[in-house]
Amino acid sequence: MPTFVRTEKCDGCKGQDKTACMYICPHDLMKLDKDGSETGHAMKSYNQEPDQCWECYSCIKICPQQAIEARPYADIVPMGGSVQPLRGTDSIMWTIKFRNGTMKRFKFPIRTTPEGSIDPYGDKAEADMAKIAEPGFFNHMEQKGYRAGDPAELIRK
Amino acid sequence: MAEFGNPEVVQEEVDILMIGGGMACSGAAYEIGPWVKAAGGDIKVKLVDKAAMDRSGAVAQGLSAINTYIGSEQDPADYARMVSNDLMGITRDDLAYDLGRHVDESVHLFEEWGLPIWKLDENGERHDGSKGLTPLKDGGKPVRSGKWQIMINGESYKWIVAEAAKKGLGMENIQERIFIVKLVNDKNDKNRIAGAVGFSVREHKLYVFKAKAILLAAGGCVNIFRPRSVGEGQGRAWYPVWNAGSTYAMAAEAGAELTMMENRFVPTRFKDGYGPVGAWFLLFKSQATNAFGETYMTKNKHMLDDYPPYGQAAVPASCLRNHLMLKEMKDGNGPIWMDTVTALAKLRETLSPREVKHLEAEAWEDFLDMCIGQCGIWAGENIEPEKKNSELMPTEPYLLGSHSGCCGIWTSGPEDVGAPTEETEAGVPEHLPSGWNWGYRGMTTVKGLFTAGDGVGASGHKFSSGSHAEGRMAAKAMVKYVMDNKDLSPELDTDVDTLIEEIYRPVKNYMEHKDYSTAIDVNPNYITPRMLQFRLQKIMDEYVAGVATYYTTNEHMLELAEHKLEMLKEDALKMRAKDLHELLRAWENYHRILTAEAHMKHIQFRQESRYPGFYYRMDKNFVDEENWHCFVNSIYDKESKKWTCFKRAHVDIVDKSKLFKPASH
Repeated sequence: MPTFVRTEKCDGCKGQDKTACMYICPHDLMKLDKDGSETGHAMKSYNQEPDQCWECYSCIKICPQQAIEARPYADIVPMGGSVQPLRGTDSIMWTIKFRNGTMKRFKFPIRTTPEGSIDPYGDKAEADMAKIAEPGFFNHMEQKGYRAGDPAELIRK
Repeated sequence: MAEFGNPEVVQEEVDILMIGGGMACSGAAYEIGPWVKAAGGDIKVKLVDKAAMDRSGAVAQGLSAINTYIGSEQDPADYARMVSNDLMGITRDDLAYDLGRHVDESVHLFEEWGLPIWKLDENGERHDGSKGLTPLKDGGKPVRSGKWQIMINGESYKWIVAEAAKKGLGMENIQERIFIVKLVNDKNDKNRIAGAVGFSVREHKLYVFKAKAILLAAGGCVNIFRPRSVGEGQGRAWYPVWNAGSTYAMAAEAGAELTMMENRFVPTRFKDGYGPVGAWFLLFKSQATNAFGETYMTKNKHMLDDYPPYGQAAVPASCLRNHLMLKEMKDGNGPIWMDTVTALAKLRETLSPREVKHLEAEAWEDFLDMCIGQCGIWAGENIEPEKKNSELMPTEPYLLGSHSGCCGIWTSGPEDVGAPTEETEAGVPEHLPSGWNWGYRGMTTVKGLFTAGDGVGASGHKFSSGSHAEGRMAAKAMVKYVMDNKDLSPELDTDVDTLIEEIYRPVKNYMEHKDYSTAIDVNPNYITPRMLQFRLQKIMDEYVAGVATYYTTNEHMLELAEHKLEMLKEDALKMRAKDLHELLRAWENYHRILTAEAHMKHIQFRQESRYPGFYYRMDKNFVDEENWHCFVNSIYDKESKKWTCFKRAHVDIVDKSKLFKPASH
């Protein structure tokens, strides 16, 4: 389902420090056409290699103008359906339109903490160099997730 | 001023370089800070990613489940047994066991950072991860969709993990949109790593890094086989389309020993969109049938007895499940259906209307969190899963080491689990280690070169959480390596001008010849990366057991493939790049060729069909436990451009007999 950019909605992220879709695309597909020489639409972005699009929706989700949508793969899917998200800070809303007009809407949580709030080391203990060659991570089982296992299972020890 | 064709060269020296930004490198970036601090702080670390960490790697789109969570009720040995059986008995128990004991530490951190994890309440009803039920760390009960899997609301999984990684390492030590294309060995020790080179896909800059230790974790390999969809739909690869085999190719060129490169994964997925089937089989209890409603896993069950003991475990190996399905397809009993209608109807019988509505949302969320394209197909084909069944299809083959595959690099394992310290198979080149550990967890056979995630071979079933944990283990070991080698001063074995010329060759090819013809894509002096990829895919599909031949090949077809790949590798030097984007594609495709060649050579070397359902050597269409219950490993000589394959002995570290029910006949 290659993504495409709605001409009247894209503003080329003029007011931002970077073009959001170009920044985020994992496969380097989104490109800002600065002078319009490639698309005829100056200062708007486009998908430069639609048959390499994984439909990960990263660009659609990040676009501040909601200017990007996906059109299902033309070589696979009958026309008329669409799947469009609106991603917020703690949840995502999906609107699914079927070819026959059926509509479905879903909302799912995406995160239980505010964006940017992670305190990576917080009050976790410091690493102990004496243990660098032993199993376990720097935070010494603070997460209670280390599974020591039954030693009898190791048949060559 | 730097411009296309005349780039600026940036040289930088660090102690530790991380290549990649997916789950493995995110884990490494998080874990390394405290160890660097404890070591005195005088270790410079840098991470480079060809994309943006918030959405890079295989988890970019999100996930609907974490597939590796051991939990307090299971033993790491149970996990190592499962991994082994699913991969037809030939995996490194030491690596799987070690991963199993560490992985939940990472999962608990994900929940602390904000990943919503589904929970069961005291009445056994499931709730999504936003309800604030007790965290896993404090005894909260996850929703198990299978023995090892737990359900999540994972749209922002990677976003969350990347936030912790970026804060841990510091953005000043991270550079995005840098594509590393080649590792460089040490001038004074050709079996040691000294650096890496690549370029920015945004600016006209080439980067030459010197490093004492390098973590190479740049994913698996997609699109070496012709995909089932060849138009726009070729982007809808099952595994991320940007995984170009860079991990395997760069490691091989640096002299690292590869392992099990004959292994591949051919996932059975919802047709065309490649939507996940795990939750449908395991959580919704759906059955897969042929056109006549017959369940092939029941109908063809006797075929599992052809492959003892792997077919006889409670859960037969993944490839064998494909094997039973392919029988129906080849007999003309297709299409294969996922019977979503019956499964949901059965579940409705015991649920309240509120729970039924929740169930419908769960079914859609399973796709929306990790494979949105499948929803596009459902919408376009008017498929509501409670009213209409969906087709299943085995995909084109994929090479990877973190999902249900085990190809990759031979790495040093843990020292405390009883792994072999000697090699009993003859024929292993002398300079390679003999046991399964050589000092630093996650280090390859090249000194200072580490890997994790898809890079670590002969293990598999790590998935997202395990890759993160494996990255963390490698980070710790790299700090130890750097501390132990304080006086080491890496020197590149190739001069910078030669490296630059090599990286920029596709640009030079273009600049020199572009005016020879009027149409820039048709020119006898160069080949576009796109056409080169098509050529690779055609060879692999038609000769190396792709979908065109129902995953079959033989020694004669492989010999043809060998010659065709050699010429393709020669022609790769004539790829053109008309801009930075195409230079990215050119190098990705060079990496794909080397990975494909390794795959072909290993299949050629292994005189049996170890993975029925994934590939068949029709001239050796059996599993030969007596002669081939062993690893197939290889090294590549970048000078002669030749591969050497050899055996390594397989040893059990945990008891496998626990997996098998008594023989049925």
